[in-house]
Amino acid sequence: MKAPRLTDTTLRDGSHAMRHQFTSEQVRQVAIALDKAGVPVLEVTHGDGLSGSSIQYGFSLTDEMDLIEEARNAVTKAKIAALLLPGVGTRKELKDAIGRGIQVVRIATQCTEADISQQHFGMAKEMGLEAVGFLMMAHMRPPEFLAEQALLMESYGADCVYVVDSAGALLPDGAAARVRALKEALKIQVGFHAHNNLGLGVGNTLAAVAAGADQIDGTLRGLGAGAGNTATELIVAALDKLGYEHEWDVFGLLDAAEFVVAPFMPFQPIPDRDSIAIGYAGVYSTFLLHAKRLGQQYNVDPLEILVELGRRKAMAGQEDWILDVTLELAKQKNEGKSYGSL
Amino acid sequence: MVLPSVNASPNGRVKVAILGSGNIGSDLMFKILREPGHMELALLTGIEPQSEGLARARSMSIHTSHEGIQPILDDPDIKIVFDATSAHAHVRHAKLLREAGRIAIDLTPAARGPYVIPPVNLGAHMNEPNVNLITCGGQATIPLVYAVTRVTPVPYAEMVSTIASLSAGPGTRQNIDEFTFTTARGLEVIGGAKQGKAIIILNPADPPILMRNTIYVLLGSEEVDREAIVASVEEMVTAVQMYVPGYRLKNEPVFEVRETPEGRRTLVAMLLEVTGAGDFLPPYAGNLDIMTASARQVGEVFARHIQSQEIKQ
Repeated sequence: MKAPRLTDTTLRDGSHAMRHQFTSEQVRQVAIALDKAGVPVLEVTHGDGLSGSSIQYGFSLTDEMDLIEEARNAVTKAKIAALLLPGVGTRKELKDAIGRGIQVVRIATQCTEADISQQHFGMAKEMGLEAVGFLMMAHMRPPEFLAEQALLMESYGADCVYVVDSAGALLPDGAAARVRALKEALKIQVGFHAHNNLGLGVGNTLAAVAAGADQIDGTLRGLGAGAGNTATELIVAALDKLGYEHEWDVFGLLDAAEFVVAPFMPFQPIPDRDSIAIGYAGVYSTFLLHAKRLGQQYNVDPLEILVELGRRKAMAGQEDWILDVTLELAKQKNEGKSYGSL
Repeated sequence: MVLPSVNASPNGRVKVAILGSGNIGSDLMFKILREPGHMELALLTGIEPQSEGLARARSMSIHTSHEGIQPILDDPDIKIVFDATSAHAHVRHAKLLREAGRIAIDLTPAARGPYVIPPVNLGAHMNEPNVNLITCGGQATIPLVYAVTRVTPVPYAEMVSTIASLSAGPGTRQNIDEFTFTTARGLEVIGGAKQGKAIIILNPADPPILMRNTIYVLLGSEEVDREAIVASVEEMVTAVQMYVPGYRLKNEPVFEVRETPEGRRTLVAMLLEVTGAGDFLPPYAGNLDIMTASARQVGEVFARHIQSQEIKQ
């Protein structure tokens, strides 16, 4: 059996855990190591996609266009991908990124809003890119609904559509059911992107592969938002043991994780108290560090903030709601009201 | 809002028309009928004979036509025309209306004339034949950016607009990049920020959320007069509430010191909520309400201006 195609997004989803402070040298080293170990696609962008550098999400230390070019110059075989969230980034940045060397664009919308991506798929295909659709916060809608949204992206020209568990809230059955629904509905490939908030990054990815996923994502050491992503080195080891045919250098990836990425990581993302709350409440994984910072500043428990955001059905990218909720909780606390608990 | 009603007798009113019988045109119709001020809604036109909007207008005794701009051009008494069609159509309409000597208030992203935000710069454009209302997010956030820049220089302003999925029509969805560009440009040109950035998010929650906007303003220096900024912002909120009653800040402006690519800067964050008046569109669609409310306000100011010119003559 052929292994799914692996996209490593250490240099994009990992940007969240790095608070968007990647240096060109770090990007170069990671790109070289992944390319050497046979990973075919590397995603390099601000964590929130092209043009994500902002007050809302955090400013980048290094211009993402420079990082894209750095990665492109470092690899020999791997393709470079960028993430684009319509509403945050535009076709202008997509064009710039193409000029800097991306060959794949992953276009991400809330799983209910695929129809805002038409103009971006149009440009990507016109300019000869591979175009991948990303349906974020996929736990919020049932499999049949997701399949309909994926069909829209297929009609716009997508080469693959991903089920994206942005909140790390899915359990293996839910991940598999969503991948299966897309596989049945689409003519194109289907992918799966996991977060490890409930400790199920590898488990959900394996369930997705068993359900027919053609593409999967990972990051070295799981560096990424919330409790991080499926660790690239773990999933390749597991798929290798399951007997999938692949061209990855498993030990090369263990080395890349241990000796290239681990030394510069500010912390090891793990399913700790607040990250589990993200998966449990079903909120966007990137809310973690923002909720921790604001919780400390206003003396509110980050867990309470995250659970309340889940109750309000905050979607991907709504980081400004964290301040709103924190201010409200702080006010209630000062007024002596208790605010429920998990 | 309370308007001087001295000259508001039916005969003294300025005739206006709405071009476009969709949701925006319909909501604007309800607003003008509810509060005509110095305007008289003479005509609402569309291009679909069977359109619900035209039928609704007829049932309210408003003259209608499905022949688009032509009947408006044919009636020389119509002085002001609200265009609620599309950017593409407005390019043609703008030219025809200009040639016919009518004032065009453009609710599309076409931007053939200068951007206007009623409490910020409308007075400066009273002699323009065509003015543009930017975007819904622009109408909501630019006044507050301007409220800060009139106190202290602003090198960077950013707005994040979250709107209910149900209130984003196909026009917005297919042209989301244009929303981003135009709003960012408005933050600079009218808001006065050196650099502007706009982010839009659609939220599918059911029941739908009210339109929410967060405005982040980075200040040029660490030494800032917070009281002056807060007072200026509060004054502006009151000014917008005059024509958008559901416009309110959820909290006082929040001040923070942030690390930015240009070093440590004071950040002002403002959390804004807009509840629609529910004239025709539901109250959660504050994004659409602020467009039609602004358009009505701009129309009213032009109508008063036209009347005062006539009196002088």
